[in-house]
Amino acid sequence: MSADRTQMLRIATPEGVAFSFRLASPLLRLGALIVDFAAVLAAWSMVGVVIRLLGLVAEDLAQAVNIIGFFVFSQGYRIIGEWRWRGQTVGKRLLHLRVVDEQGLQLTFTQVVLRNLLRFVDFLPLAYGVGGIAALVSRRGQRLGDLAAGTIVIWEPVAPQPDFTTLRGDKYNSLRAHPPVVARLRQAAGPAEARAAWQALARRDELEEAARVALFATLADHFKSLTPIPTDATEGVADEQFVRNVVDVLFLTRG
Amino acid sequence: MIVNLEKFIARERPGWERLDRILRRLAADPARTLALDEVRELERLYQRASADLARLATFAAEPEARHYLENLVGRGYAEIHGAQAERRRLRPWEWLARTLPQTFRRRAAAWRLAVALLLAGAAFGGMAVALDPAAKPVLMPFSHLLGDPAQRVAEEERPTAAGRMDGRKATFAGQLMTHNIQVAFMALALGFTWGVGTLIFMFYNGVILGAVAVDYIMAGQTQFLLGWLLPHGVIEIPAILVGAQAGLVLAGALLGRDGREPLAGRMRAAAPDIVTLALGAALMLVWAGTIESFFSQYHAPVIPYAAKIAFGAAEGTALTWYFILCGRKPRGAGKAGT
Repeated sequence: MSADRTQMLRIATPEGVAFSFRLASPLLRLGALIVDFAAVLAAWSMVGVVIRLLGLVAEDLAQAVNIIGFFVFSQGYRIIGEWRWRGQTVGKRLLHLRVVDEQGLQLTFTQVVLRNLLRFVDFLPLAYGVGGIAALVSRRGQRLGDLAAGTIVIWEPVAPQPDFTTLRGDKYNSLRAHPPVVARLRQAAGPAEARAAWQALARRDELEEAARVALFATLADHFKSLTPIPTDATEGVADEQFVRNVVDVLFLTRG
Repeated sequence: MIVNLEKFIARERPGWERLDRILRRLAADPARTLALDEVRELERLYQRASADLARLATFAAEPEARHYLENLVGRGYAEIHGAQAERRRLRPWEWLARTLPQTFRRRAAAWRLAVALLLAGAAFGGMAVALDPAAKPVLMPFSHLLGDPAQRVAEEERPTAAGRMDGRKATFAGQLMTHNIQVAFMALALGFTWGVGTLIFMFYNGVILGAVAVDYIMAGQTQFLLGWLLPHGVIEIPAILVGAQAGLVLAGALLGRDGREPLAGRMRAAAPDIVTLALGAALMLVWAGTIESFFSQYHAPVIPYAAKIAFGAAEGTALTWYFILCGRKPRGAGKAGT
């Protein structure tokens, strides 16, 4: 799974549970940086129209507004964005990135300002050379600004809500006629196996036919190897249906 | 044992959704303060979601449901255990009247070190120009400073010279502000080199300052020098020093002299002071840029040097008062009730 290849940061809470952050890769961060750069230029080009109009009546003032305004906007854009949008700018939002506190706490205004102020050194000598190397070397992918501010950039891919319709629990399940088999399956099958079977059902339409047949055959053989299954529970039942029946009895209890 | 996930989620989902709504409301307004009832509800829902996550992690760990709950618990954790002190709305006046001067005084050692390096650089630059005037191009890489000071003064004191900035004063002020703020931020950012970069940076700036000052003094243009530099320099130079002070505070946190506190803790403790000093420096440089463009560029006879020097001295006095005395607790404060 892609999630397993992603670098994770796990935080344990005093309540005795843990939650994870997926650290953003330097490539994704570079993408967000480019988007933000383009967003700043695009927004400022629109402001530029107003400034040009101002220049018709007061050229000196218009020049000053252009110089100071662009400096404030280009530096302040990320600070205001990350502060008001909980660690996100337009680029980060598009790429599902977010700046968070490295201890999982509330991101503070101080942290946001500091990590952005230190872009001056991260940018050295050219195009985020120092920051890029620091992010590659750092265990948590932090550039110098992140190290000083105690922040990390995480990746939050959109997670779909759990879909229980994949189980189709209202259909006849031949395994339920054999409660001892159901009990043994529940005892023998671990959470990882149950999850793998469910995921296979949830994603069946994404698989090519040959691969799907092979996958469900493997899964069916595995579950059949866990406990003896009566013939009438498997006779005439395709491997995929058998796996569906197994997942149904593993996850759902029916009165 | 595998939990009946469908029933479990159906039963718990309303609580998760309620928690999600509260967290979204808080996200929309970070400065919002919750009422006591809301705090209690948030805490209860968070504890419940934590317990649900623990159950999911132990039993049927369906990844989508777990990710959803992890996200919820993570956000709840940040709200409940987060730094409440910074949740307040920003109060610019309080920051200006108390926070900035108090921070400056608390970190005075870093300021003194920055001043020492600037003075050392100034002494070096001054002596170098005094002993070898031919070294000016190396010490002062600015073309407008390489000429004869007396000649420059004569040109700028001509009646026609007063109008040379007409039509570009605001632009010049903008250029000065943005450039000098970047210089101050660079002095801060170089603190990441364990302070070495900041110290070299301040020494180098001192060399230029000392070289220019001695060059004009040796040419008998001390009055022009003071009238030209004091009105803006009395704010600009301390502002760069405050930027360097922030860089040295950063370096101090990196080096961690006592060594007991881990790096992350030291950085967390120093971060508010670094940001305060950096923003203070930026604010001072906005003022300095305005003065340099609109006031410093006019010389006698348009504005008498005595007036310019007096203005600079008044600014310097006000700045000294601000950093030394502003925001101090009145005598006897804190003794009430003892």
